[in-house]
Amino acid sequence: MNTTALEYIVFFAASLMMLGGAVGVVLFRNPVHAALGLVLTLFGVAVHFVAQEAHFLAAVQVIVYAGAIVVLFLFVIMLLGVDKAVDLTIEPIPIQRPLAAVMTVGLVGLITAAVVKAGDAIGTLNPGLGIDVAGDIGRDGQVVSSDGNIQQLARNLYNDHVLAFQLTSVLLIVAVAGTVLLTRKWPKQGAAA
Amino acid sequence: MIAAIEPTWYLIVASLLFGIGAFGLLVRRNPLVMFMCIELMLNAANLTFVAFATSLGDINGQTAVFFVLVVAAAEVVVGLGILVSILRRRPGATADDLAELKG
Amino acid sequence: MVELVWLIPAFPLLGFVAILLGGRKLGEPLAGLFATAMVAASFVVAVLIYLDLLGMDEAERSHTETLFSWVPVGDLQIDMAFLVDPLSITMCLFVTGIGALIHLYSIGYMHGDPKFSKFFLYLNLFVLSMTLLVLGSNLLVTFLGWEGVGTCSYLLISFWHTKDANATAGKKAFVTNRVGDFGVMLAMFLAFGAVGSIDYAVINDSALAGTLTTATATGIAALLFLGAVGKSAQLPLYVWLPDAMAGPTPVSALIHAATMVTAGVFLMVRINPVLGAAADWVPTTVAWVGAITALFAATIALAQNDIKKVLAYSTVSQLGYMFLAVGTGAYVAAIFHMVTHAFFKALLFLGSGSVIHGMHDEQDMRKMGKLFKLMPITASTFIVGWLAIAGVPPFAGFWSKDEILLFAGAENWALYAIGIVTAILTAFYMTRQVVMTFFGEQKWGSYANEEEAADLEVADDDEPVATHGAHGEFKPHESPPFMVIPLVVLAGLSIVGGIIQLPSLGIIPKNWQHKLLDWLHPLVEFEGSPVEGIGEAHIEDTTAYDMKVLLIFVAIGAALLGIAAGWAVYQKKLAKPIEPELLERGWGYDAAISWFMGKPGREAFQATADFDSTVVDGAVNGVATAVRETAQGVRKGQTGYVRQYAGVIGIGVVLLLGWFVVIRGLL
Repeated sequence: MNTTALEYIVFFAASLMMLGGAVGVVLFRNPVHAALGLVLTLFGVAVHFVAQEAHFLAAVQVIVYAGAIVVLFLFVIMLLGVDKAVDLTIEPIPIQRPLAAVMTVGLVGLITAAVVKAGDAIGTLNPGLGIDVAGDIGRDGQVVSSDGNIQQLARNLYNDHVLAFQLTSVLLIVAVAGTVLLTRKWPKQGAAA
Repeated sequence: MIAAIEPTWYLIVASLLFGIGAFGLLVRRNPLVMFMCIELMLNAANLTFVAFATSLGDINGQTAVFFVLVVAAAEVVVGLGILVSILRRRPGATADDLAELKG
Repeated sequence: MVELVWLIPAFPLLGFVAILLGGRKLGEPLAGLFATAMVAASFVVAVLIYLDLLGMDEAERSHTETLFSWVPVGDLQIDMAFLVDPLSITMCLFVTGIGALIHLYSIGYMHGDPKFSKFFLYLNLFVLSMTLLVLGSNLLVTFLGWEGVGTCSYLLISFWHTKDANATAGKKAFVTNRVGDFGVMLAMFLAFGAVGSIDYAVINDSALAGTLTTATATGIAALLFLGAVGKSAQLPLYVWLPDAMAGPTPVSALIHAATMVTAGVFLMVRINPVLGAAADWVPTTVAWVGAITALFAATIALAQNDIKKVLAYSTVSQLGYMFLAVGTGAYVAAIFHMVTHAFFKALLFLGSGSVIHGMHDEQDMRKMGKLFKLMPITASTFIVGWLAIAGVPPFAGFWSKDEILLFAGAENWALYAIGIVTAILTAFYMTRQVVMTFFGEQKWGSYANEEEAADLEVADDDEPVATHGAHGEFKPHESPPFMVIPLVVLAGLSIVGGIIQLPSLGIIPKNWQHKLLDWLHPLVEFEGSPVEGIGEAHIEDTTAYDMKVLLIFVAIGAALLGIAAGWAVYQKKLAKPIEPELLERGWGYDAAISWFMGKPGREAFQATADFDSTVVDGAVNGVATAVRETAQGVRKGQTGYVRQYAGVIGIGVVLLLGWFVVIRGLL
């Protein structure tokens, strides 16, 4: 399958958004600006998801991440009043920035090297998991599935990973309950909040 | 005409994202921004999962992303709750205030 | 009967345990009688075994009786085993025999002492150790006995340890012995390393067969001689013996005259093949050390005033004779002299003990005199001992000393000369002692010694405290039967003891000659071996042998000369006695040792201690300091900053990843 120019442009635009947002998160002095950078990154990732025909995930990404989590971030920032610009030049640990730089460069470099070397072992992209592609030829030359992405995902989730699913729901409840307890302001009887 | 977009590219891009997130985590001192960098890293992982799911033709990769998403949400909730509790009492706190292990 | 050899040490062991548990209940004199009975029983067993051995062929007289396997460790197999052969039985006979007599004597001597039972406890322990020493079939059993007698010597010398001088004397004996013991231990290690065993049979056979290298034999012989020098009080380790007189007199008689000090000579005779296989300088050194010690000690004895100290130096001197014999290869002569010396020296010591007892614990001869009529039996037996040691025929000492001198002359006329001079001196100082004690002028008054005099003076002036005698006067008296009987027995032995080894002179019937040589010679004479074991036949081609008869007369003459000189100077007062203070202080030897240990010795020890505290301790402490400094350095990495820790974790991840990618070959 040949890639069309559009796909190219989509790929690079999405990557640009993603990486640009990330850089923004790291470099903006105001936490609110950083949160906005995060939103940009999340959108970029969502576009990548769509490009790989993981439509459901793209939707969920936007709704949950960008819609809920980042909003939560902004709420907390506003609540605590830390929405002032911070001085980024202060660094009490002198070795920290070189350390971080070394680590980042090493990590990215090594992964890139490994991935590039692996090359063909990773396989080619064969989007047979999208919505409108009933009868698409999969990796082995056979028809992958006639279901759409959501159906496949649902089938996999509720058949093979039902236990994990249930546990995750418990996790959510516990998280919420725990957080409410954590942040509650106790009546003043000597107990700390 | 042009080379196909290999899954390799996605992996490289994801690793870049991960690197930036890691760098930010180590360098920024504001706890909330550090949290956001963690989210960046999680997203990088998600992207990797999906790239592999597509290249291997296996839906389990996307299921994994699903779960990562859920857990990340829960984690943010709890984490921010803790942060609120702390920052309410000490408004100017940064990660460097945790220096009890100094020895 | 030979299988019953284990009874010989078993009886004293039984005595030791019984008195240990119930000594206080037994009390006086039962504890003493029991102990004596035990030793006497050992003597009886020894006699029976001796008769048994006599009935056997000469070649079959060596038996090993193994009791149990003592140290079975890999290549090192040591058994608790006894070697029954003529030499060990001879030693056993006179050890247990004289031991029994001295036990009997002690019942009388220690009468009234509050630690009566304890004395016999130690005495039995001593006899046990000594029998182990002589019966042992390997160096380790002998060493066990060796150390045992050393310990008993210490315990018994410092028996009255409430007096500082006695305790110090005991310590001195122990420490000096220890120096020698070091040599014995090294010899054991060397023997094991060379032949893989410390059995006498194995070592001696190896020496005879020539498989023992000269170097090894030299080493073993020299080291064992070092041990012998310590135990048998030769130069330079003799210093403990005169001080050991601080112990009760029976102890001096038993341990420091008859038995323990002969252990060194016994050991040298036991390993005589090794001595023969060693380099020539070893026996020569042994002979010269013996000769010089004999002369040295005899000169010191001339000027001693304590009745026991004279005998102590005399013992050192006579032991020198025995080593002279060993060094010239006359092993039988050495054993002969050991036996006769045991008789007359024990007699002399017990006699002096009787005198001391009768004089109410006075030991200074200058306060004695004219005791002959008051203590007749003691005096007569003492005179027998005197004649024996001086070397007057037909008493025992003459025969043994003469044989030693013969072999000395065959070896080297200088040794002979030293021997003769020493003989003259021996006769001289013994005469001096007899005169000062029993004849001469009466130097004691109505008090026994200064302590009693002080008591008398503070008492009522009109009525002197009645100690003895009809008119409230002090009078020396004869000793009770317990003490006198052993004296008589030993005197008899001193008279006839020479019979066991009469020389080969024409006038003596052939089958009365050389009985000891015939008895012992399988152990010291070996046919067709490259090693020299000597009987008289081996020196047939020397001048000394040709002049045998002449030498006998020279020896007799020397003895009589010494006696006459002593009589003239001390009894008849024909000349002034020469007793230089130098000799009285023992040529300053003790003082020299004290000075050496006090100054250079102490400085050397101090240097070693300093070395230990600075270098050794410094190294140990230095390690600790180094660790601490390193820890301080590492500590700087613990800043407490969580972000830094996270960064370090990240670096770790990178390294791990790097290892996978680079080394595991993804690249």
